[in-house]
Amino acid sequence: MSILVNRNTRVLCQGITGKAGAFHTTGCLNYGTNIVGGVTPGKAGVTVEGVPVFDTVSQAVEQTGADATMIFVPAAFTADAILEAVDAGISVIVAITEGVPVLDMIHVVEVVKRKKATLIGPNCPGIITSEECKIGIMPGYIHQRGCVGVISRSGTLTYEAVWQTTNLGLGQSTCVGLGGDPIVGTSFIDLLKLYEADPQTEAILMIGEIGGSAEEEAAAFIQQHVTKPVAAFIAGRTAPPGKRMGHAGAIISGGKGTAAEKIDALRKAGIEVADSPADMGQAVQRAMQKRRALKQES
Amino acid sequence: MKIHEFQAKQILRDAGVPVLRGIVARSADEAAAAFRELGSAVAVVKAQIHAGGRGKGQILEFPEQRGVQLVRSAEEAAHAAGRLLGNRLATIQTGPEGQTVRQVLVEEGCDIARELYLGIVVDRAAANPVLMVSSEGGVEIEKVAAETPEKIFKEHFHPRIGLMDYQVRKLCQKLQITGGSVRSAARFMQALCRAFVQYDCSLAEINPLVVNRRGEMVALDAKITFDDNALFRHPDLEQMRDLAEEEPAEIRAAQAGLSYVKLNGNIGCLVNGAGLAMSTMDIIKLHGGEPANFLDVGGGANTEQVTEAFRILLSDANVKAVLVNIFGGIMQCTTIAEAVLAAYKTVGFNVPLVVRLEGTRVEEGRKILAESGVDIITADGLTDAAQKVVAAVASSPLLSKRQVP
Repeated sequence: MSILVNRNTRVLCQGITGKAGAFHTTGCLNYGTNIVGGVTPGKAGVTVEGVPVFDTVSQAVEQTGADATMIFVPAAFTADAILEAVDAGISVIVAITEGVPVLDMIHVVEVVKRKKATLIGPNCPGIITSEECKIGIMPGYIHQRGCVGVISRSGTLTYEAVWQTTNLGLGQSTCVGLGGDPIVGTSFIDLLKLYEADPQTEAILMIGEIGGSAEEEAAAFIQQHVTKPVAAFIAGRTAPPGKRMGHAGAIISGGKGTAAEKIDALRKAGIEVADSPADMGQAVQRAMQKRRALKQES
Repeated sequence: MKIHEFQAKQILRDAGVPVLRGIVARSADEAAAAFRELGSAVAVVKAQIHAGGRGKGQILEFPEQRGVQLVRSAEEAAHAAGRLLGNRLATIQTGPEGQTVRQVLVEEGCDIARELYLGIVVDRAAANPVLMVSSEGGVEIEKVAAETPEKIFKEHFHPRIGLMDYQVRKLCQKLQITGGSVRSAARFMQALCRAFVQYDCSLAEINPLVVNRRGEMVALDAKITFDDNALFRHPDLEQMRDLAEEEPAEIRAAQAGLSYVKLNGNIGCLVNGAGLAMSTMDIIKLHGGEPANFLDVGGGANTEQVTEAFRILLSDANVKAVLVNIFGGIMQCTTIAEAVLAAYKTVGFNVPLVVRLEGTRVEEGRKILAESGVDIITADGLTDAAQKVVAAVASSPLLSKRQVP
């Protein structure tokens, strides 16, 4: 078991004939992902790495039975690409593209929610179920089938966390990069619900960063609804207020969204917080050990 | 992208939001002429810099001079402008070194019955813009939010629908705005909400928002920030960019496709990915060091970009050591290793360099560095890298005697 995607997931790539789309289609195919088609308007009939290309998502879905898609189209067309995928009935939409206007995402997220689809991103590394299905740009080899569900607002920092859990022999069930923008399709809470229900996932690692209040909301949810051990790390303790740290969402504004506030909320909810980014894997281990010790006591 | 007050007010004026008449001046003479042209008994000369807190800010060259000055004659306007222009204004947001004033806004005076606060931002949790108002105008809204949050009233609005009449009525009731003023409030708030959406703003703030004796709302100050990601559909806004207000190294980085933020420490950081870059700053601090910057070279940086990144890092005179931290995913470690060596040769290093590589083709990447004969301190893991770079800074005065590893 895993969440959202597995070896049976049939994946499309929107923007497959672009440089990034083609490159990562190859990467995903090599990992074993079942990529069944690509979409680029006006390019129907060609193939990329043996994958047939269609003009529209609905045509691709009709002919391939795809139920997931990864999007590499330029930022100006990303809202359109996501809504096209929703319209075609795709249930898991992964938008890798960076630089999408915030107001575009307001409309998109509304429609996605109404149609009960799952949108991951934009501006994210994607989703991977270890040793089954990689939809995104993460390096596959650092992942290992295992018990930790990883959720992150970051990209390379997620690789760091995954690598640590792999080296400790814990491995991952499914790992999801939520994206670094102010408005993204999926929240920590959406995934916490799924991990809580997934038998393969024994522990959850959350990687947050400064800006917004998603981590605080997640902490409150965990306290109420999550029985599995949870560890967390928050990037940006040393970031000054008012300066945007790369991600459009990573900014401390109006004194809100600081790492200290988030860490405090997480600790109060009983979550094991790693002080150092080198300690993320071990924090999960500690959270699991503490839970075991508690169970033995009771 | 940030813009000046006078630019923000032009946008508001075009959008139908009431603002005062004002004229931009770039010399004392122009300020005097502006005063005469406005023809009002009193005017205000306002320093135009991107940072806030100008009213309480101090001109470094004339410590008694504030960034905003009430004047009653053309001579007084010229005098105030003369003290502001070309001098540095230090506010709570600029830091002690201040920001040079290159233009002033001479604006007609205004009678003030009440000062309110009004701001619009995108509320992430609600995934909609939110209009916030408060009866506590003219003061720092952060302070109001922290101490008396019950004095801030909020209404979310849909970008396509805008702010509805009933929402204005609700807010007016809370602000105790009655009678004919409600109509003025509706005109003001709805126009501002429309402008927020029309120009893809990420922030629009009117503080203070004045209610004059006739009960009309007028924007006394205005601050607008645009969503950088949406600038492609507003080519006309590009001309409002004032590069003189931005950190030169940050402009240079942006041109090279790098994300750079200057900080005050002495350890230069070069990292791929924003989250990892922030964490690298954090772990340096955790081990007793001070990061000199945030620098994300992105996922697919090439040799030219990495070289430019090194140039930017080393142009900061405070930098006493550099830490390169790469978790190669898409970017291969061999690429970054070669880029580091190329940059090392072309830029000319005079500070210790610590490199930590992990990820795709890491063994080959490490081999390239080891066999290069270049003086590089290699690190294994995040903690080791942070400890080594902090130690390198500590021993920096002995730099010339340091052994090649």
